[in-house]
Amino acid sequence: MNATWSRFNITSIVLGFAFLYLPIVLLIVFSFNESKLVTVWGGFSTKWYVSLFHNQGLMDATWVTARVGVISATVATVLGTLAAITLTRYTRFRGRVLFSGMVFAPLVMPEVITGLSLLLLFVAVGLDRGFLTVTLAHITFTMCFVAVVVQSRLVTFDRSLEEAAMDLGAPPVKTFFQITLPVILPAIISGWMLAFTLSLDDLVIASFTSGPGATTLPMKIYSQVRLGVTPEINAACTILIAVVAVGVIIASIANKRREMQRQLDEQAAQRG
Amino acid sequence: MTNIAAAAAPSTIATAATPLTRLAKGFVNRLVIIIPYLWLLFFFLVPFIIVFKISLSQTAIAMPPYTPVLDFSDGVSGFFAGFRDLNFDNYTWLTQDALYFNAYVTSLIIAGISTILTLIVGYPIAYGMARAPAAIRPTLLMLVILPFWTSFLIRVYAWIGILKPEGLLNQVLLATGLISQPLVILNTYTAIFIGIVYSYLPFMVLPLYSSLEKMDYSLVEAAQDLGCPQTSAFWKITFPLSLPGVVAGCLLVFIPAVGEFVIPDLLGGSQTLMIGKTLWNEFFSNRDWPVSSAVAVILLLVLTIPIMFFQQAQAKAQEQGK
Repeated sequence: MNATWSRFNITSIVLGFAFLYLPIVLLIVFSFNESKLVTVWGGFSTKWYVSLFHNQGLMDATWVTARVGVISATVATVLGTLAAITLTRYTRFRGRVLFSGMVFAPLVMPEVITGLSLLLLFVAVGLDRGFLTVTLAHITFTMCFVAVVVQSRLVTFDRSLEEAAMDLGAPPVKTFFQITLPVILPAIISGWMLAFTLSLDDLVIASFTSGPGATTLPMKIYSQVRLGVTPEINAACTILIAVVAVGVIIASIANKRREMQRQLDEQAAQRG
Repeated sequence: MTNIAAAAAPSTIATAATPLTRLAKGFVNRLVIIIPYLWLLFFFLVPFIIVFKISLSQTAIAMPPYTPVLDFSDGVSGFFAGFRDLNFDNYTWLTQDALYFNAYVTSLIIAGISTILTLIVGYPIAYGMARAPAAIRPTLLMLVILPFWTSFLIRVYAWIGILKPEGLLNQVLLATGLISQPLVILNTYTAIFIGIVYSYLPFMVLPLYSSLEKMDYSLVEAAQDLGCPQTSAFWKITFPLSLPGVVAGCLLVFIPAVGEFVIPDLLGGSQTLMIGKTLWNEFFSNRDWPVSSAVAVILLLVLTIPIMFFQQAQAKAQEQGK
């Protein structure tokens, strides 16, 4: 395969990745800028990080965002996994077309529409806008992403394992928790992380569905960005990127370990 | 014969299971479907119906700022009287003001151009990844996905510092002597194109990569052995075979880009006319909920066909996955 990996291929990959990463790298570099001018280098400094931690509004917003993210990602993972099972296992039930439509449509639905429609629902049922409404909104749009991730794993799942367990007398629920769940667990974990970062990231839907006292970090950043680019926002963004990057790296290492362990087990089983 | 017997065995045992476990299984099955189904019905479908209803009602200076469409407080007769108040005034208003029509058309054009640009930028990357040695492919894939995990808002924000008149791009270009005057990029449509291509690139690369990776490259080699030039081998074999990926990638970029708000707002400045931004302004600045609902309904209608295409592509991919 090496022979076909031409110079053109390598160049396009290098340029593509430079395009993807350079803006983020520059953003991080300029968060350590001494000067208040974001684009002129005035020496190394961490003072923006210090002032960040004294910014009470930003800290409150971070706390709200973290709570919304954890709660909504967890509920969305449960619902999304159920939806994925429904989509792959139950090919015939009334309203299946509508169901798959409702799972796939939110993936591409413009956020302004989702945000507006959810807000109008909350107003119609008389729910006060705040922490609860943002969380409900985030569950709804992130569960569909979880469903797609888990579904792609379930499609390749070898069902004879489940049949074997049931033949040996395991009830369906037990079969699910002892056989199915461990196999699709990596997909569920990455689904959770995807839901969490989508929630962490969302500005538009949160702006529609949030109320006083539940300002999320993206809303806070957005309102400050509109006033101008400052190194303090660069610092806030850098921390956010670092948190997500560490999470992704830990998850992928854990994933690789589990995969290697599985391969070792398989080899041992074959030998034994 | 033994094979058939083995295949038939699980089902005979399953039917021999006790009625109690079958009952439990049926209940669990139903619950698995019902819970996500109800959730999506209530939080996804019902809200659209409400949006449609409110788009037919009138603006009122109150909280919420519209006259209620379905009001049961006056009893059943009041409820039916409410239907007479429904009207298409908001929609007539949208057709009368050229602003909205222009915003829809501009959004579609911008999304269309950006989608083509994203395809042009994304295809060589996906192709390079698919041709890469198998050992480094997972790493490359990870590198494409990683920016997707970092905040959309942050990635758009990062471009402000680059594209500003006194920004990094102009500094570099001025220093190298390529230009003598700073380029005005921020707050133009060019900045929006850059923003969309940048933010949506992973959505284009991933489906392209997955269809290019599955491709049998020996077909291209065979064509070349038979004397087909490299470029025409690409257009006759590689590109048609990657078409499912091209369609999926384009839809994943085009549909959300039409209703995009953050990119035109932060990079396009106040002059740009895109429908997502118009809806936002109607809602947050003018506080006109019925009109913004009408804008949303029409946007949804405009996107219905591409969304249906997308769902069909998804369903097809799912079938092939099996």
